[in-house]
Amino acid sequence: MAEFRTEEMVLNMGPQHPSTHGVLRLEVVLDGEIVVNVVPHIGYLHRCFEKHAEAMTNYQQVIPYVDRMDYVTSMNNDLAYALAVEKLLGIQVPERVSYIRVIMAELNRIASHLIAIGTYGLDIGAFTPFLFCFRDRELILDLFEMTCGARLLYNYIWVGGLSHDLPHGFVEKARAFIKTFRPNIKELNDLLSYNKIFIDRTANVGVLPADVAINYGVTGPMLRASGVRWDLRKNDPYSLYERFDFEIPVGTNDIGVVGDSWNRYMVRVREMEQSLNIIEQALDNLPSGDVKSAIPKRIRPPVGEAYVRSESPKGELGFYVISDGSGSPFRVKARSPSFCNLSALPEISRGAMVADLVAILGSIDIVLGEVDR
Amino acid sequence: MESSEIYEILKNEFGETILEFKRDGVVEPYIVVAPDHIRDIAYFLRDDERLQFTSLMCLSSVDYNDGTLGVVYHLHSMTLGHKIVLKVRVPKEAPHVQSVEAVWKAANWHEREAYDLMGIAFDGHPDLRRILLPYDWEGHPLRKDYKVPEFYNGMKVPY
Repeated sequence: MAEFRTEEMVLNMGPQHPSTHGVLRLEVVLDGEIVVNVVPHIGYLHRCFEKHAEAMTNYQQVIPYVDRMDYVTSMNNDLAYALAVEKLLGIQVPERVSYIRVIMAELNRIASHLIAIGTYGLDIGAFTPFLFCFRDRELILDLFEMTCGARLLYNYIWVGGLSHDLPHGFVEKARAFIKTFRPNIKELNDLLSYNKIFIDRTANVGVLPADVAINYGVTGPMLRASGVRWDLRKNDPYSLYERFDFEIPVGTNDIGVVGDSWNRYMVRVREMEQSLNIIEQALDNLPSGDVKSAIPKRIRPPVGEAYVRSESPKGELGFYVISDGSGSPFRVKARSPSFCNLSALPEISRGAMVADLVAILGSIDIVLGEVDR
Repeated sequence: MESSEIYEILKNEFGETILEFKRDGVVEPYIVVAPDHIRDIAYFLRDDERLQFTSLMCLSSVDYNDGTLGVVYHLHSMTLGHKIVLKVRVPKEAPHVQSVEAVWKAANWHEREAYDLMGIAFDGHPDLRRILLPYDWEGHPLRKDYKVPEFYNGMKVPY
């Protein structure tokens, strides 16, 4: 047979694509069906958050900007930024504030993972779990709307406290949600997680070894799926997380290998269950108090800087805040988890096929608002 | 391990390239090092068994508004649990810092972002190009003296 002359082809998975989870451009260099290299081009959603933060006259005014970074988990973004400024100021918030922050952060974690799971199923081709996940997410968004009036971008966790206290009926409605949602996780597992087609598409695809993950700065469910039992809520606790009893799901070898896309997906499903436990414990032990008592009238931190990190659903979200003694921030740098997780994409998708690339990208679970800020 | 012990180990190893250690009066202690030795220091921090700084948490660029730019490295050891902050300062006219991309791959995109938004050139970076702004943008927006250009590719910039 004659020698075939093969060339590499550059395929553009452009900014507008249903499977890239936002405006992400992937320049894929293909040899037939096999991916030789992937070059991500980001920046389509860059909104100059860091420059805007420097122009604000008040540290509280940065919170709506921070909300819009990872727009599916606004509570966690607010929490990380508020903790950073509180560390600079050196203030302590009342216990009730910390407990409510934990409840909101965990509810938002469930909401974010529902989106990740639903859209991942949609990328693979399963449409029903997507609708089930969004149906359950509506219950969480109802809880948020009851508390602060907004469904997606809350501006709720302020520096030193919260904007509103929990309304009457929140605790009962939250308990009702937990009761409704627990069996739905089992339904999701029956529908999607152990489905043979889903396993064929995602197991053994895009394996990320643990040491490569740590070197790339990968954190969150992606790191835990590679076998590293690292969760900031346990290893570097903040906002009274050390009082709660929950487990850290890690990638396993029972279906596929440790570090593949199936494990990244399954860690998120298991984390949702653990979040339900945390919310129950917080609701049971909720102390009383005033949520606005520690909010400072004028936020004027001393000259200095602080870096605080928190476990957002996508990974380690860190804020580095520098103050020059005046009322407006000198520099706010956001270390977003999706930015670092996405940088590992070229490494793990070499040798995969084009359809696997979609599966790998979906399992990383990025939100472009956070990647580009 | 305390930050003062880390400083002692670094000082013994690297001598005058470790410029300053500030511990009192700040929320987090930091060590200032020379910008053209940061890569060797980074290798040492990662590979020495007493230190084992396996992960680079964050790499930020700062414009100090006094004619210097800076890069701040937040390092963390997953195995030993300690953290340290390294700082580097360079003049604004010639901002060159050694790249630590070979040490922690996480620095790859972070250094590209620092170059893109602040204009700090990282020597030794394999692929230093703009990451968040369009490839033909002029200027480095996060600098304090940045003026928004009037026109971009013939289109009037609205703000």
